[in-house]
Parts: sequence; C-alpha cells; structure tokens
Amino acid sequence: MSPEFSEQTKKAIAEIVARYPKKEAALLPVLHAAQREFGYISRATEKSVAGLLEISPAKVHEVVTFYTMYNRQPVGRYHVQICSNLSCSLLGAGSLIDHLSEKLGIQPGETTPDQKFTFSLVQCLGACEQAPCMMVNFEYFGNLDTPKIDEILDNLE
Amino acid sequence: MEDKAISHFFKQDGAHTLAFYLNQNGYEQAKKALKELTPEDLLNQVKAANLRGRGGAGFPAGVKWGFVPQGGDKPKYLCVNADEGEPGTFKDRYIMTYAPHRLLEGIIISCFCVGINTAYIYIRGEYENVAQRLETAIDEARAQGFLGKNILDSGFDLEVYVHRGAGAYICGEETALLESLEGKRGNPRLKPPFPASIGLFQCPTVINNVETIANIPLILHHGPEWFCNQGLPKDGGTRLFGVSGPVKKPGVYELPVGASLKDLIFTHAGGMQDGKTLKAVIPGGMSAPILKPDEIDITLDGDSLMEAKSMLGSGAVIVIDEDASMLEVLRIVAEFYSHESCGQCTPCRVGNPWIRKTVKRMAEGKGRRGDIENIRRVANNILGKTLCPLGDAAALPILALTEKFKEELETSLSD
Ligand SMILES: Cc1cc2nc3c(=O)[nH]c(=O)nc-3n(C[C@H](O)[C@H](O)[C@H](O)COP(=O)(O)O)c2cc1C
Repeated sequence: MSPEFSEQTKKAIAEIVARYPKKEAALLPVLHAAQREFGYISRATEKSVAGLLEISPAKVHEVVTFYTMYNRQPVGRYHVQICSNLSCSLLGAGSLIDHLSEKLGIQPGETTPDQKFTFSLVQCLGACEQAPCMMVNFEYFGNLDTPKIDEILDNLE
Repeated sequence: MEDKAISHFFKQDGAHTLAFYLNQNGYEQAKKALKELTPEDLLNQVKAANLRGRGGAGFPAGVKWGFVPQGGDKPKYLCVNADEGEPGTFKDRYIMTYAPHRLLEGIIISCFCVGINTAYIYIRGEYENVAQRLETAIDEARAQGFLGKNILDSGFDLEVYVHRGAGAYICGEETALLESLEGKRGNPRLKPPFPASIGLFQCPTVINNVETIANIPLILHHGPEWFCNQGLPKDGGTRLFGVSGPVKKPGVYELPVGASLKDLIFTHAGGMQDGKTLKAVIPGGMSAPILKPDEIDITLDGDSLMEAKSMLGSGAVIVIDEDASMLEVLRIVAEFYSHESCGQCTPCRVGNPWIRKTVKRMAEGKGRRGDIENIRRVANNILGKTLCPLGDAAALPILALTEKFKEELETSLSD
C-alpha cells in the first residue's frame, strides 16, 4: 500500500515543485519532505514520489541510495550522528564513539530495541571549530566530552 | 569595524535580521547597482577587484561571469555553492547564520550583472537550521521589495530559492551540484561544455561559493582598488580561515589574503593547546596536501601554497599534534574519499576503497613491506585520471602523507 501524504505535506510539495522549471528537480526536497512525514523512505514511498514527480520509481531509488541522509529503514526517535572525520578525531571523537556504543548498547548503524535511538557515524558536519561534534536529529552539539554526551542524551524524553 | 569585511557580523545578537542589516547600510549597494550602474560597469569592477573564488579552485569570479554568453533566449541561473563539505570547513555556515542578508545582497548584484532571474542556494542537507534562517531572510527581503518582481522599481526580477542537498560531498563539485539540483545522483559532468554556457537545465549558469558572493557588495561599496589593497594585487580581499584541531582557540578568522599561516595558528588561534606540540598542518581542507612544521612559514594565498605543492582550497586549516598517529590520519583521509567517490570513474571508485582497505590492515597491525609503495602506486593511478577533481583531491593528500611521514608509517609494517 502506498503511503498517503498529509494535506500539509501535499501543499508543501506543490510549493517546492513550483520552484523549478522541471518537476524532477524537486526530487531531493520532496524526499526530505517525505522523510519528515514518514521517518524514512520505503520502496512504497519511492513509488508515490515517482508518481508525484512523473519519473520512474527506479530513478527515485537511484537517488535515494546515492545520498546518505535518506533513511531506508525506520530510525529511532533520536538519530545521533557523530562525526568521525579528522578534526573531531584529533580531539577525541574515537573514544566518544566507543562511549556512545556502550551507553546505547548498539553499534554504529543500529537502532535501540525501544526505537528511541539510532546511532550513526558520519563524515565532517561542518562544525570543526566545536570538535568533537555530533548532531541529534537536526540539532548540533559541539565541544563534546563523555559527561556532556551523557547530559544531552539523558535529557531526551 | 571597517577593516573586517564580514566577520563583524559573527556572533552578534540579531545580526541575521533585516533590521540589523539595514542599520549597517545594508542593501545600499544593491540599490546603487540596480539604479545607477550597468551590468558592464559591475562586471568591470568585479574583474578589477581580482576576487578569486573562495570555494576551493580560486578562479577569478569576474572572469567566470564574463564567460556567460550575453542575451540569448534561454534563462540563466546562479547556483550559490553552500555545500561546505570539505572536511575542516565551516566558514560559510558563519556567513549564512549571521549575515544571510549580506549573501542575498551579493546574489542580487551578481544576478543583475550577469542577467539572471533565478538563483538557487544549494546548501548541504545537514544545515537544516541554517537553511531555515536563509528562508526567513529571503522572506524578509522579499517583503521589503529586495526580491521578487520589479525590484526597487528597477524592472529587474529575481527569485532566490534554497535547495537542500542530502549528504554527499561530491555535490560540492560544481557539475555534480548541477546534477543534484536537477534531481539526480551527484555524478559530475564532463567539461567542456562549461556551466557558463551549458549548466543547470542546459542553460548558462554561474556557480560561486557563498563567501565569494558575500564579497560582492563590499567591492561595490569601497571600489576594486580598495578591495585589492585589502589582500594582494592579484588576489584581493580578506578570507575567512577556519582553524580546527588542538589549538587554544579554534574558530573562524578573517584575515587578508596573503596573511601568514604561522600567525593564523600561533597568534589568532592562540597556538597549540597546553602540552601539545605541532606535528603537521593541512592548510586548505582535507584535499590539501599536508605541510610539516618547517613548511608553515608561508603566506595564505593560492599562489604561494601552490608553490609549496599544497593548496589554499577552502581556507580550512587543520592543525595536527604530535600525539596524533599519521597512520590514523591516513586512515581517516582514505576512509573519507573511499566513502565519497561517486563511482563514475574506475580509478577513483576502485582505487580509493583499495587504499582504504590497505591502510585499515596496516592499522590492525598487519601491514606488510611494500604496502606504502603500493598505496602510492594506486594513488598515482587515480591522479589526473578521473573526470572530476575528486580523484586528485584524494590522491594528492595521500601522496603527501606517505611521502612526508613515510618513516613513521613504516614503523607499522612487519617484515
Ligand atoms: C570534490 C569537490 C568538492 C567541492 N566542494 C565544494 C564545496 O563544498 N563548496 C564550494 O564552494 N566549492 C566546492 N568545490 C569547488 C567547486 O567545484 C567550484 O569550484 C566552486 O563552487 C566555484 O565557486 P568559487 O569560484 O566562488 O569558488 C568542490 C570541488 C570538488 C572537486
């Protein structure tokens, strides 16, 4: 069964599509909108998006699998993405990654059984002056150390 | 205040609002451009200012704009490159967060100069909050008549849209960015044709970095001569240098083009953290070949870094200390490019993961004699053999690391 977009998302999508001379160009932003609504992009969602933009589902699948930000599986309510690139690693990201794994009881790429957290390693987030840094959903947290990570995660509902 | 081109906005409360910007004589240059100047006047000024691109390649902006064919019945586009994916780089986030109206004013002037009525700001997907700030600024500017139809009664129309990427470093490469904006995978295009003639939706397109465009109002305000005097005669203005790693004060520093790398690290960024000593510096984002401490007495401009066989790139300075293992640095570099190769060109698609695997094996203590030579051989087989510069961006830092730190890397090899 195809997932149904809410009226609000449909309206947002119409506005997005109007920004481009070709419908297809709206694909990335429309996928962002779909992910906001459903949490991830399923094959069924790919199909509805394809229908909406009048392109083939294969085309949508190609794009969804190219970009790292589209989740192809459901993720937890909080997606913790910690930078494993150079500036952060020079300032201790490695041990923070181990700490997160231990604290959440999962390996990078996994989701906790209660669906609260997904934990991922990412490339540079563009906040190197606050290294080590991470993103929880779309919020950035920098100058991390173990106590700070504990505080941030323990305060999430 | 006057000697800073843009950083006086940073970290000030409310700096991102239209009210604040108007208080700083904001949009006065756009008014001047639209009402008093011709596109030719403007182009001459930008050319004379010797404004080099701030995104990585350092190409003169005025020259690039001049390549766009005049007239024609196709629409033309501006794509502002806000992908900011080069590891170590975070300067454009500061501009967009604290001075979004400066960027918009630059966009208005640039588009008027080149005859463009639609601009897209392609921003990396992770910067969702920054993208929202840009959207708000666009709404404010439109409400004030700075964007939309018949701007300030000049007859000039301009729409600006924010377009979010979705996590792919390659989409910062200008032709991959165009593909991505068209709703496709970010596979770079073969050049020529150059985007100036055939770009977005097959139409003439200018692609410039955020910081490049944000400099435009300043050139108009003070004149090209002043702009050159701020930096070097052939490379005008100031630049936003990002410093990260174990220094006392990591952050973004605005300094003239041609400032000293050593001063940037040891004066502006406060020098090394207590107990740390300098081991190496990556001067222009991860793609820039690494420098040893005896090579950092150098000026920060494209030409002198090229002479040192490195590059100024995005102006992102990553400082590495003696406690860091160069094998680990090499592993992170190899991991990054292997992850980010788009897969179009075989040398890059196959070579980078091969290097990554070899370095990973070395890091696990299973390195073998000959590994370093093999890594170098593979890197040399990527160099210059790919459609876009990502291949070189991977090969050059790997070649520099394995040359300059060969001895240290060899200690991880068994016989
Ligand atoms: C792999 C790769 C990644 C790049 N990433 C960026 C980027 O994130 N931001 C940027 O402005 N330029 C980036 N560039 C450079 C662009 O291709 C292009 O030169 C630049 O946007 C032109 O603008 P400028 O002349 O104002 O610098 C990248 C280039 C390559 C090869």
